[in-house]
Amino acid sequence: MLAFALRRLAQSAGVLFVMSLLVFVGVYAIGNPVDILINPQADQAEIARATAALGLDQPLWRQYWNFLSGALTGDLGRSFVANVPAVHLILDRMPATVELALTAMVIAIVLGIPLGLLAGLKPESWVGKTIMAGSILGFSLPTFWVGLMLIMIFSVHLGWLPTTGRGPTVEVLGLHVSVLTWDGIRHILLPATNLALFKLSLLIRLTRAGTREALSQDYVRFARAKGLSMRRVVAVHVLKNIMIPIVTVVGLEFGSVIAFAIVTETIFAWPGMGKLLIDSINTLDRPVIVAYLLIIVFLFVLLNLIVDFTYTLLDPRVRLSGARS
Amino acid sequence: MHRNCLLALALAASALTASAADLVVGMGADVTSMDPHVLNAAPNNSIAEQVFGTLVNRDPRQRLEPGLAESWRVVDETTWEFKLRRGVKFHDGSDFTAEDVAYTVERPATLKGVPGGFTVFTRAIVEKIIVDPHTIRFKTAKPYPNMPIDMSLLPILSKKAAQNATSADFDSGKAAIGAGPYRLVRFTKGDRIELARNEAYWGPKSAWDRVTFRLLTNDASRLAALLAGDVHLIEVIPPQDFAKVKANKDLNVFTISSNRMIFFHLDSGRDKTPFVFDKSGKPVEKNPFKDVRVRRALSKAINRQAIVDRVMEGLAIPAGQFVPEGFFGYVPTLKAESYDPDGARKLLAEAGYPDGFTLTLHGPNNRYVNDEQVVQAVAQMLARVGIATRVETLPFSVYMTRARKYDFSAALLGWGVSTGEASYPLGSLIATVDAKKGMGPFNWSQYSNQKMDALLEQALATVDNPKREKLLQEATEMALRDHAVIPLHYQVNTWAARKGYVYTPRTDERTFAHAARPQ
Repeated sequence: MLAFALRRLAQSAGVLFVMSLLVFVGVYAIGNPVDILINPQADQAEIARATAALGLDQPLWRQYWNFLSGALTGDLGRSFVANVPAVHLILDRMPATVELALTAMVIAIVLGIPLGLLAGLKPESWVGKTIMAGSILGFSLPTFWVGLMLIMIFSVHLGWLPTTGRGPTVEVLGLHVSVLTWDGIRHILLPATNLALFKLSLLIRLTRAGTREALSQDYVRFARAKGLSMRRVVAVHVLKNIMIPIVTVVGLEFGSVIAFAIVTETIFAWPGMGKLLIDSINTLDRPVIVAYLLIIVFLFVLLNLIVDFTYTLLDPRVRLSGARS
Repeated sequence: MHRNCLLALALAASALTASAADLVVGMGADVTSMDPHVLNAAPNNSIAEQVFGTLVNRDPRQRLEPGLAESWRVVDETTWEFKLRRGVKFHDGSDFTAEDVAYTVERPATLKGVPGGFTVFTRAIVEKIIVDPHTIRFKTAKPYPNMPIDMSLLPILSKKAAQNATSADFDSGKAAIGAGPYRLVRFTKGDRIELARNEAYWGPKSAWDRVTFRLLTNDASRLAALLAGDVHLIEVIPPQDFAKVKANKDLNVFTISSNRMIFFHLDSGRDKTPFVFDKSGKPVEKNPFKDVRVRRALSKAINRQAIVDRVMEGLAIPAGQFVPEGFFGYVPTLKAESYDPDGARKLLAEAGYPDGFTLTLHGPNNRYVNDEQVVQAVAQMLARVGIATRVETLPFSVYMTRARKYDFSAALLGWGVSTGEASYPLGSLIATVDAKKGMGPFNWSQYSNQKMDALLEQALATVDNPKREKLLQEATEMALRDHAVIPLHYQVNTWAARKGYVYTPRTDERTFAHAARPQ
């Protein structure tokens, strides 16, 4: 177990290194941040001064070297446009995104697994068919459009929920949380639903397929023959057996929900990391882009690790060893 | 029972008055810092000017008026004197004096690791002389007529609050102590800026107790927030929705010509140009844009009114020079080129291109209002006079870097004249490129006209206003009769508000809470 964890960490360090190099070169290839950040009233001397001030006058390898030596001491650089450490900027915005992602995941799980089970148990009924048809919509409609439609219907026409933004936050253990107040919940409902829609459809389909497969397995037939109630068969035997793929997907998708909440955050003006990334790309704020992607890579590595450990809890046959990674 | 009723009534009344005196504004672009000298970008400056204030204010049409300075004058050719307003207090109650001004003027050059951009306003000053606590003199190396304009763009800090502060201290509000009409209550990055009225403000009292600027950068969401009543006022109405917003009885619309002119730079300085080919696709021998007849032909081929009506949904004004009417240096006789495709064909034939040539137009696709569509419309118009035109549009971040390397033959650019006068666009856009003199940093045409340069240089050293204006007009006319660039249109700035809220539109694209008032 320990060997496994250590090996994973070593691999992650390698991934982080490669990632930082890619992003660095990538941003360099897009354009020169000074060209975006400089005020039009600047002349050549002022442009040269700003270039030097941001360290962009040095050759790329030296810029990267400076970044790397900073990174090893935990300093990922300062945002060009905010003049505060990039990591602070991201960590400041992270709770909002994590809160949104968690809420979306909860919506997806709480609705997705029961609906998927239902569709799997009664595939030919109209309920099952409606659920499946709904999941196709959830898959195929673009997040962007659905988000705007949600705003138009529930905020502009019905006036039930606020259009955009995050509600008032309450500080819990140093973190700002908005789901603890009614106003906060009203604010998060639309963006979280918007973000959950795709994952919800995914979970419905996954659960349904798993359920259908499990129902035809010998252990289910045996359990039924033994005289167990259908309720018990589904709740204990089917559900537990289809959980492995679901946990994998939930774990990995949680990462992608955090990393790619960008569209939802932009439409709903949700002050999370995704919006920060978009703004930073527009201003070529390289330190923030690099730091953001490094944090996301780290997050994925961590989630993979958690998923692996969860397997062992769900299925005793899975053993983590140095060889399996 | 009665008492309860009264209490409830009183509460209801107070709730009403509180909400009636609050303003929520939807901003269209991100504000990155509360430190006013970190990044010279319009959204940051807009907030900074409301919190900190400037020595000189700009009226809605960018004419200068007294701000923290009551008056200013030229002492001699190289000395400006600013008389500071007496009795002005910063938000923390301390006095505003010449020390604070001297400190502010020094600060931009001392900031490390930031793009900044405020040294352009301070570096002409070679010496600061504090005559008395309410009089300060700036010495310059040579005559410098634009000093009051520069001072209208530099937010003034309190020395006491700012001198040992980091940018993070400004964000937290600790160092964001100014003398503007509002004080900073809270800055939530990427989300909102909350301000409260500065009760001790020297000027007219703002109508709003509290103001919230929400950062709603997505056009559709910003408009939805207004429609739902979540915000009272938004800037930048998406042009495709303008007609609908205008027809909506619950909303008021406010517009004004902006100071931003959209135009094409034509690569006229070089013998070879990268994106012009003959009809068979081979590079041309000589650069056609060196010939003024070809440049004039392109200008005549463009139907500006059609672009304004169809592409810009009426939210633009055809342009014939860098500054719109009413700005310092505007030439009344210089009108937008009229549409004349036959004349264009004739000129092309005269210049030796009876069959035209092949050209690629470049432009950004996320910077100006409908920028990509404008480039496409121009391409179609050029095709009609025989210039086979391709279009390539790029995100601004990519576009700008390539354009500054002179990578294009015809490149779209928009220029907001933040100074409100003509020397700035002339110097940045068409003066001969000269890094030593700081001229032509954005002259992507590499246009060069010695006579124009001389006129401009003379204007920049002439402190006398009428004389300077005449020189600028002469320079403008000389350059534009020579088609140094191809002007297209001035953008129109737009605001929309809920019924009951009025906004005084501004040419400088600023959204100021004190420019809004209840109806």
